[in-house]
Amino acid sequence: MDLYEYQARDLFEKHGVPVLAGYVAQTPQAARDAAERLGTPVVVVKAQVKVGGRGKAGGVKLARSPQEAYEHASAILGMDIKGHTVHRVMISPGADIAEEYYVSVLLDRSNRTWLAIASREGGVDIEQLAVERPDALARVAVDPLTGIDAAKAAEIADAAGFAPEVRDGIVDLLQKLWGAFAAEDATLVEVNPLVRTGDGRLVALDGKVTLDDNAGYRHPDHEALVDKAAEDPLEAAAKAKDLNYVKLDGSVGVIGNGAGLVMSTLDVVAGAGREFGGVSPANFLDIGGGASAEVMANGLEIILSDPQVTSVFVNVFGGITACDAVANGIVSAFELLAERGEAVTRPLVVRLDGNNAEIGRQILADAALPGLEQVDTMDGAARRAAQLAATAA
Amino acid sequence: MAIFLTEHSRVVVQGMTGSEGRKHTQRMLRAGTHIVGGVTPGKGGQSVDFEHPDSGRVPVPVYSSVGDAVAATGADVSVIFVPAKFTLGAVVEAIEAKLPLVVVITEGVPVKDTAEFFALASQSGTTRLVGPNCPGLISPGRANAGIIPADITKRGRIGLVSKSGTLTYQMMYELRDLGFSTAIGIGGDPIIGTTHIDALAAFQDDPDTDAIVMIGEIGGDAEERAAAFIETSVTKPVIGYVAGFTAPEGKTMGHAGAIVSGSAGTAAAKQEAMEAVGVRVGRTPSETARLMREIITAS
Repeated sequence: MDLYEYQARDLFEKHGVPVLAGYVAQTPQAARDAAERLGTPVVVVKAQVKVGGRGKAGGVKLARSPQEAYEHASAILGMDIKGHTVHRVMISPGADIAEEYYVSVLLDRSNRTWLAIASREGGVDIEQLAVERPDALARVAVDPLTGIDAAKAAEIADAAGFAPEVRDGIVDLLQKLWGAFAAEDATLVEVNPLVRTGDGRLVALDGKVTLDDNAGYRHPDHEALVDKAAEDPLEAAAKAKDLNYVKLDGSVGVIGNGAGLVMSTLDVVAGAGREFGGVSPANFLDIGGGASAEVMANGLEIILSDPQVTSVFVNVFGGITACDAVANGIVSAFELLAERGEAVTRPLVVRLDGNNAEIGRQILADAALPGLEQVDTMDGAARRAAQLAATAA
Repeated sequence: MAIFLTEHSRVVVQGMTGSEGRKHTQRMLRAGTHIVGGVTPGKGGQSVDFEHPDSGRVPVPVYSSVGDAVAATGADVSVIFVPAKFTLGAVVEAIEAKLPLVVVITEGVPVKDTAEFFALASQSGTTRLVGPNCPGLISPGRANAGIIPADITKRGRIGLVSKSGTLTYQMMYELRDLGFSTAIGIGGDPIIGTTHIDALAAFQDDPDTDAIVMIGEIGGDAEERAAAFIETSVTKPVIGYVAGFTAPEGKTMGHAGAIVSGSAGTAAAKQEAMEAVGVRVGRTPSETARLMREIITAS
């Protein structure tokens, strides 16, 4: 889960990383109140969106009075920044910036460890800097067993070549940043920019944090950080039923077992759909290895509640759960849906393969479920589902 | 031969007394695996009965620690089924017991825990980890360590390495008449113990493997690195497949590591890297199987 800037700010504060005051406002009035409370001559009104480039998009403005904060908030709230609607602004005091730096700790997948990155040049697009002038970035591997202690922090600071007047402060800040990273089960903590103020203090002026969803069970407080209003309604409904679902733009609903097989199914549907004027998948939905009747029914229910779906492709490989069990699951799922008062009103293409495939196919043939047809190969079934979707549209 | 797992492997199951552990221990036994014990803290001295294909009902002893199990049985492989919150402790125990192969089936392990136990395993110099969040590996007709269905294929001369479980099964099934030396599901988490490169290197050295199928998916750069490795170090034919061309940027597709971040980790880049070193990449799993079939039947 990626955090908003204001959430990252709170998390930094909790772990002793120096930040400025910050109030979140969802209305211009609240923004004016926040500016009054801060009482500084200048405040900054910052759009809260989980995407970069908000400054260039006009999502960050200086205000010299509470009234001006009100006006900027009016303009920024509701703004669209790269497809993200702004629902909140953060009001912070204006900072007296002498210099801008960059520090982060993150997961380094390639080397299967943690990585610290630091630079004397902050406030810029760091990915661009990495491409254009990689020497400006110090990259130091961090051992997961020892983390960032004083010695490692000094190594990082010296590798980046920070000036003597800020070095000790940065060594201290890096250890606190590591504290936040480790204690919160983050996979990214980034401060950009980290600023030195005119009076020589270090302040994390903007931050990005990504938390590990797998570690949620050790952090019950992280649940409150989820922005439920921003979730896709179908994705939220699927999550409530413990289904692994991602909404996409197309019209072929897809259900399969196993993440890799479902990703592959989406690709095969999109490939087959080119022949029918660009039909594409409506969703990713992995119902897991078991494929029980209830899970199948829940999955179908979510997919059929998507008005964009005009055909459904159920692609199951029977491994541990053999195809006869899966077929019985599909038959029971239709019964369950009927009990819930929902008819399967859109055509359904089923491909069963693997253990006991023939028995499974026979079970489905005998059940003669309305709108259900079987195709024995994945490629053929994808093509048929795409064709049905195109015909219905 | 086969890689990592052979007919001589002696397997303990950590979490054997749990429901998943028990179910899959039965399946592994049926596939001919030498299961020499289970490990559940506090349950040492008990035993669990299983059906054995040759000798009827057999009791499998339970030990309280991996160390006890190794001392009593000479085990050299552990398969781990314990819940995510106990996985770090279980893997550390297996590493400390100096097991050469530790297969972590458990899904949902925090990446901080994986980073820690991977660092410990690397430091140990003795333990190879497979997973976490993987189906394990099977050397058909020899042994099965994990949850891959053993009855969909037979022993043969194709090696298979894949991030995905069901795509592994799909490929094994499509090529079931040709058979496999070893099929290994390395898992789709951001940090995994055994990579495509490790498996490719082992298949290259395995006299019982003639050709290799490599299945990748979006996220990270493991496939690109594997392509570079193939160019310099693999002379056996390799056929590839990549899943996730349709995945939107920034969305996790089921596996914790299956995510396109910005322009990094795309399926297109992976396919391009593989094709650039002469690996033919199928557009669908079935086409990938056909490409492999051409190679095997031509030789």
